Amino acid sequence: MKRQIVLGMIISAFSAGVAMAEVAPESVAYTDGAVAQSLTGTAGNPEEGRKAMVDRGLGNCVACHKAEMLKDQPFPGDVGPTLDGAGDRWTEEQLRGIVANAKMTFDGTVMPAFYKNSGYIRPGDGYTGKAAKEPIAPILSAQQVEDVVSYLMTFKE
Amino acid sequence: MTLRTIKTALAATAILGCAFTGMTMADPVDEPMVIDGQNITIRAPAPEFLKGVLPEVLSGWLYRDEDTRKMELDDFDNPGIIYADRARDQWEVVDGTEGKACVSCHESPEAMKGLRAVTPRVDPDSGKLMNIEAYVNKCRTERMGAEAWGDKSDHMMDMLALISLQSRGEIINVAMDGAAAPFWEKGKEIYYTRYGLLELSCANCHEQNNGKYIRSDHLSQGQTNGFPVYRLKDTKITSAQGRFVGCVRDTRAETFKIGSDEFNALELYVATRGNGLAVEGVSVRH
Ligand code: HEC
Ligand code: HEC
Repeated sequence: MKRQIVLGMIISAFSAGVAMAEVAPESVAYTDGAVAQSLTGTAGNPEEGRKAMVDRGLGNCVACHKAEMLKDQPFPGDVGPTLDGAGDRWTEEQLRGIVANAKMTFDGTVMPAFYKNSGYIRPGDGYTGKAAKEPIAPILSAQQVEDVVSYLMTFKE
Repeated sequence: MTLRTIKTALAATAILGCAFTGMTMADPVDEPMVIDGQNITIRAPAPEFLKGVLPEVLSGWLYRDEDTRKMELDDFDNPGIIYADRARDQWEVVDGTEGKACVSCHESPEAMKGLRAVTPRVDPDSGKLMNIEAYVNKCRTERMGAEAWGDKSDHMMDMLALISLQSRGEIINVAMDGAAAPFWEKGKEIYYTRYGLLELSCANCHEQNNGKYIRSDHLSQGQTNGFPVYRLKDTKITSAQGRFVGCVRDTRAETFKIGSDEFNALELYVATRGNGLAVEGVSVRH
């Protein structure tokens, strides 16, 4: 019993430590659009990344992008370029920058910034049409950005 | 038109609506729109202020799949017409403290011919920006002593359909100069503002990317000449501002309200982007 409690305390102290290491949206350092430092220090999980890319409430990347890797998804959009070979064309650092805030790489792009929490005009609460509740959470969490990046790195031709 | 007929028609379109979602759609087609022998202009040179931005203006009808397009070509298949018929009955219903109906002042709905093609407009007497809904409610509250109809109420949507239908085929010519100019400028600013967590403006989708797909949706120019619209997806009629609410909400933004100064100005601005296209009456979209 006692041992379990102590162990539990150690684990929560550990996870608090991880959370503190997370880079906050306003502290992300972009160099020519790329982000060198992992946002969490924890390696991305490609399977989770895939989920975030197809979920309408998360990345919903398929709203605008097609890719061979995502061909099981019905009705992908074509507002953005196909993502085939994205892992060849871009480095991990560049992809992190593109997913976190694509406007740092492509000036004025229609692609949304997924790791940002301020500077919005009339931010909403999800798809309700109502005002967002402060503080605004970025569309993807730091770990979800890492997950998406790790999945994109497998998009090879 | 009885309520039962409407319900049956609605049920039928609900089923069809689902079937359509499973279909692939083609690029904007190049087809004429002929309803009841009348040719409706759905493709026209862009108005002067859009030169260099859009080569020509196209109705959203050209971006819809074949079955949806067909439904609009025959008033018996167009579920929106039922709503207009319902308003025809309402035209004669006395309401309010003055004991009046629409018919007391306007002999028949046909007297409304032309209005849809020039609204929204600034009312010369009051200086207010008026769309059809605003005119209807002005009559109800000031002339009939009746309560205003809600912006999305059945009565308002029915009346919008009936009044629009009187101008079917007429070329839209909404004024952007003179008294309309400040409203137009404000509407334009809203059109190009990137709202919400997705930071998307009307222009991002409908000017820059029309013809492309955003998920399964084929992006049109977002023209309002077809409004009100019968949406198969919703199985009901929607006004232009009702559509704006949906589009802004989809950017994960806090929307403006129907009838707000912002949406009134935006409705005027978007209408002028379609100057040269014809009023469709009540259109069908999925
Ligand atoms: C609203 C549309 C839209 C959405 C949603 C969107 N993108 Fe994009 N994306 C674009 C556009 C457009 C470009 C091209 C950049 C430009 O020139 O504007 C792009 C570019 C990219 C590129 C670089 C393309 C290359 O290989 O050259 C990557 C990688 C990318 N997006 C990944 C994503 C991921 C991952 C998501 C979701 C988390 C996403 N995008 C969501 C529109 C979008
Ligand atoms: C995220 C993309 C997006 C944005 C931003 C957007 N729309 Fe839309 N809009 C759509 C889609 C998808 C449709 C349905 C397909 C079509 O007709 O384009 C649509 C349809 C419309 C229609 C109906 C056209 C018809 O013929 O039925 C109008 C009008 C319209 N939009 C106006 C606007 C206005 C005004 C704004 C800005 C306040 C706006 N939209 C912003 C995606 C968008």
